[in-house]
Amino acid sequence: MAFLELRNLSKSIGGIHILKGIDITLDKGGFLVLVGPSGCGKSTLLNTVAGLTPVTKGEIVIDGEVVNDLHPSKRDIAMVFQSYALYPNMTVEGNIAFALEMRGVPRAEREEAVRATAKLLQIEHLLKRRPSQLSGGQRQRVAMGRALVRKPRVFLFDEPLSNLDAKLRVEMRAEIKRLHRDTGATIVYVTHDQIEAMTMATKIAVLKEGVVQQVGTPGEIYSAPANLFVADFMGSPAMNLLEGRVVANGAGRKIELSGEGSDPVRVALPPTRGALDEGRQVILGIRPEAITDRGLTDPDAKVVDTIHSVVDIVEPTGSDTYVVSQLAGKEITARVRSDATAEPGQPFAFVLNMDKAVLFDPETTERIV
Amino acid sequence: MTTATESVSAGSARTARYVIYGLLGLFAAVYLLPFLVMLITSLKPLEEIRSGNMLALPADPTLDAWVKAWSGACIGVTCDGIRGYFWNSIKMVVPAVAISTILGALNGYVLTKWRFPGHTLVFGLMLFACFIPFQAVLIPMARVLGQIGLSNSTAGLVLVHVVYGLGFTTLFFRNYYEAFPDELIKAAQMDGAGFFRIFWRILLPSSGPIIVVTVIYQFTNIWNDFLFGVSFASGENAPMTVALNNLVSSSTGVKEYNVDMAAAVYAALPTLIVYIVAGRYFVRGLMAGAVKG
Repeated sequence: MAFLELRNLSKSIGGIHILKGIDITLDKGGFLVLVGPSGCGKSTLLNTVAGLTPVTKGEIVIDGEVVNDLHPSKRDIAMVFQSYALYPNMTVEGNIAFALEMRGVPRAEREEAVRATAKLLQIEHLLKRRPSQLSGGQRQRVAMGRALVRKPRVFLFDEPLSNLDAKLRVEMRAEIKRLHRDTGATIVYVTHDQIEAMTMATKIAVLKEGVVQQVGTPGEIYSAPANLFVADFMGSPAMNLLEGRVVANGAGRKIELSGEGSDPVRVALPPTRGALDEGRQVILGIRPEAITDRGLTDPDAKVVDTIHSVVDIVEPTGSDTYVVSQLAGKEITARVRSDATAEPGQPFAFVLNMDKAVLFDPETTERIV
Repeated sequence: MTTATESVSAGSARTARYVIYGLLGLFAAVYLLPFLVMLITSLKPLEEIRSGNMLALPADPTLDAWVKAWSGACIGVTCDGIRGYFWNSIKMVVPAVAISTILGALNGYVLTKWRFPGHTLVFGLMLFACFIPFQAVLIPMARVLGQIGLSNSTAGLVLVHVVYGLGFTTLFFRNYYEAFPDELIKAAQMDGAGFFRIFWRILLPSSGPIIVVTVIYQFTNIWNDFLFGVSFASGENAPMTVALNNLVSSSTGVKEYNVDMAAAVYAALPTLIVYIVAGRYFVRGLMAGAVKG
């Protein structure tokens, strides 16, 4: 049975529906990342789990116990806030020990727990300092220490890395992941950064306007997005989305990509999509890394198509090069080897790995299975 | 800042400095002059006052007037000096300041961190209390004090000052706590701290500057209050300000300016001490609300 269950969770504030029937489950030791654009309700959802915001409808179940009516402190969960929320008047030691003190843990035991936590996070030398004397990364560690010391059933993280600079963010990301591995903690993590979601989660829930769009492993979310929103939101640069139509091509089928003011382009149909009616409108979704040069083509790919198109912009990142071009009047981004000979204004042979492509219904925006 | 200064020539910058310090010195003198006159007059014997220049320093300084003002001057029919009234004022001002500050802090805490439906209305009404003139509440207040048996007592004055000060203290603390991060309260809640524990352990220790502002403000107002004192406490129970007035107006025979002035300095001393001790925090506290971080 799932360790954390959200059952049909709804929240309205002043007639505005923030959360609309959220159903998510998480196993013990799992790392659930709630991801979505700002205003999608992910932070509200986290606050309802924490007990800081009451729900309008639905149930929150932790380890088989409905905790809806339990006070935040009685739910046995700890939260790391975006601003860290360290008590400014207390030392690091006092901050970490505060929750234990409130629970009446004896002093000796408390000190031992603080020491062990500080050791785990390598902040032993900071224990006597105040939060104002710490750097951003150190504050982040103390905030995590404050959560860890209680050994709660569930950890909640509310965009904990968004106040750090890019380099530190990557470091702390790895650190949280290591912490998760070493402690086996059950974590719910909110972020708007899809890279954080992909790198850390064992399970991702993509939210939009208070509705869960898709729940799945990072791999599922990335390679089989449930709808256009998920496809567009996850991945950077974003997935190429091209409008087209299924057409007959001899005995088989192809997709004819059509754009305004340009000739239609025919590409192969992704495999196992044989049952599509001729003439059906579709949106072809293909990630930049599935459009490459000849040298980078996946040798295991079953369906491959090559398209010649004029290069528009070349963006070298060092490890790879992103090439922007036009395909049937639409801009596409391809990811090619850094030493591929793509020059702006020159034609280039793009190899499309159609195994990795997905099709969406333009009406419902759902993925066509 | 440095670039701006460099673009001005050194000479005109220096002139500007002189003008600024000159003006500051002038205004400081304007404010300090009355106090200086009070001080030197209180140190002169009576003959010197009558014969000499008001601004001349005492030729033969003496503390006789101070002693007399403290323990021998006649106020009304008793001639015990102002010491009893001084203690009346202390007994009034200390509890009144303490209670109104603590209640103001609690109000500010509730109005920002434990919001309830209609909290803006409640705050608006409390703000309204700041704008009610003293005179308007005199008669209803006298009646209330009479009914609860506190008329003509120091306790009654404490009550009046607490009630009247609440609007201000609430305003101070509410605005200060408004900028206090809500996440800290949430974190403390999750850590298991209750309503009062959060207030006592998290909020109050971070409220130093605003406590100083409130205490100075309340202390000065309550200590210097004359109207409530003269209306609700008379005779033996009158506060310092009322006694000072009685002393000055009830002197028979020769007008003892030196004694009057010494009594006035006694009356001004506590607020002066509060400013000297806590004044720098006062400015800091006023700034804290304006500039974040």
